[in-house]
Amino acid sequence: MNVNYIFSLIVVVVLFLLAYVGVEAAGLQVFFGVIIPYLALVIFIVGFFYRVMGWARSTVPFRIPTTCGQQESLPWIKQNKIDNPSTLLHVLVRMALEVLLFRSLFRNSRMELKNSRLSYKLEIWLWLFSLAFHYSFLVVLVRHLRFFLEPVPFIIKQIEVVDGFFRIEFVSEVLTVGLPGIYISGLVLLAAVTFLFLRRIFIPQVRYISLAADYFPLFLIMGIAITGIMMRYFTKVDVVGVKELTLGLATFHPTIPEGVGGLFYVHLFFVSTLFAYFPFSKLMHLGGVFLSPTRNLANNNRAVRHINPWNYPVPVHTYEEYEDEFREKMVGVGLPVEKE
Amino acid sequence: MNDKNKIIAGLIIFGVIITFPLWYNMGKASPVPEPELTTTAKAAKQCVRETEYMTAEHMQLLDVWRDSVVRYGKRIYVNSSGKEFDMSLSNTCLDCHSNKAEFCDRCHTYASVDPYCWDCHIDNPKEKE
Repeated sequence: MNVNYIFSLIVVVVLFLLAYVGVEAAGLQVFFGVIIPYLALVIFIVGFFYRVMGWARSTVPFRIPTTCGQQESLPWIKQNKIDNPSTLLHVLVRMALEVLLFRSLFRNSRMELKNSRLSYKLEIWLWLFSLAFHYSFLVVLVRHLRFFLEPVPFIIKQIEVVDGFFRIEFVSEVLTVGLPGIYISGLVLLAAVTFLFLRRIFIPQVRYISLAADYFPLFLIMGIAITGIMMRYFTKVDVVGVKELTLGLATFHPTIPEGVGGLFYVHLFFVSTLFAYFPFSKLMHLGGVFLSPTRNLANNNRAVRHINPWNYPVPVHTYEEYEDEFREKMVGVGLPVEKE
Repeated sequence: MNDKNKIIAGLIIFGVIITFPLWYNMGKASPVPEPELTTTAKAAKQCVRETEYMTAEHMQLLDVWRDSVVRYGKRIYVNSSGKEFDMSLSNTCLDCHSNKAEFCDRCHTYASVDPYCWDCHIDNPKEKE
């Protein structure tokens, strides 16, 4: 038992009950189906822009890239262009590898004592599961555009086809699984987020540094995935009605269709919560990964002169001016001067 | 250094991407599709099972039917009110719902669902192209 994750779990359960009871018992469809989603989108956009502009305002006086390779030097010394970039192109490669493949996480290693000798091991699972998590989340997000676009673009349909590549079907009298076709991304997302959660529970060092703010998004995303999977494969939902609502939101003609159950509103409320919570949380690494000054700057401090942006003009008295002022006296006492 | 301009450019691109659904649909009317019943379907009043079940679970039912016919050779389906049906998409379902374009496709297209029924079952021969 850990107060941090119990707290986060309780918050998510309360959110679930709020939306479910609010819709099923109190009939607050308009509140949870229209007002909350719009509010969440506004908070997300304004908050995201505000946070990023806050980072943009804080000027970086000097280039501070973290490097782990040979710097650009003499022509016969081989430079490590990705780990110690010196041009914009190198930086772009470095950033692309970081943003798309989480390269720094891949380089994560684990230190342990083996037969009383220190050894370093490749620690691949966190990288693997976070890669699976982020990409399946992206696919799930893009796939959901079918609810917000009419007509559905060809590319979205193709993503659905690829996502539904595995035709897993189980048919019996009591339970039929696999129709509508299984989307692998949803299951991978749930599996990966579960791994990320269990990692925080079972590894003592990680549990020690985990806070409620670490567990909350995990539970929330778990809730989103579970409600989505429930609606698609088990309890079923009127998809045409759902699209009527979501398309209404996207076209600013919100409507509340009949016959869409409470579970859908829970799903929508969870997603809205995630969007509204986004700018205030660690989830801002979506923007932050592009703006980390230790990674997005070329290491060319020696090659290029960087002038501190907040330097103000300082009155100086150069040696030339000094000599002009005192030349006669200097010559008089026999001091050497540059200009006779 | 101060890269405010680059950051603002990046933010604008981000903003355009996340508001994609808001401007993609602009100026397009997209009415909710209404599946159209043929006169035979209207006359029958009820499908194999009640309408709510059929709307939500028809794909499941068809899957169970397919297994039952193809794997076990059982072709007769008895519904809760004791009525018997031949388990056949082409001969039973499409007999009443002979208007695939107005009945099946409307909702499927709207919800971007591409069922693989039609990979094998061609449109009901009675339907005129």
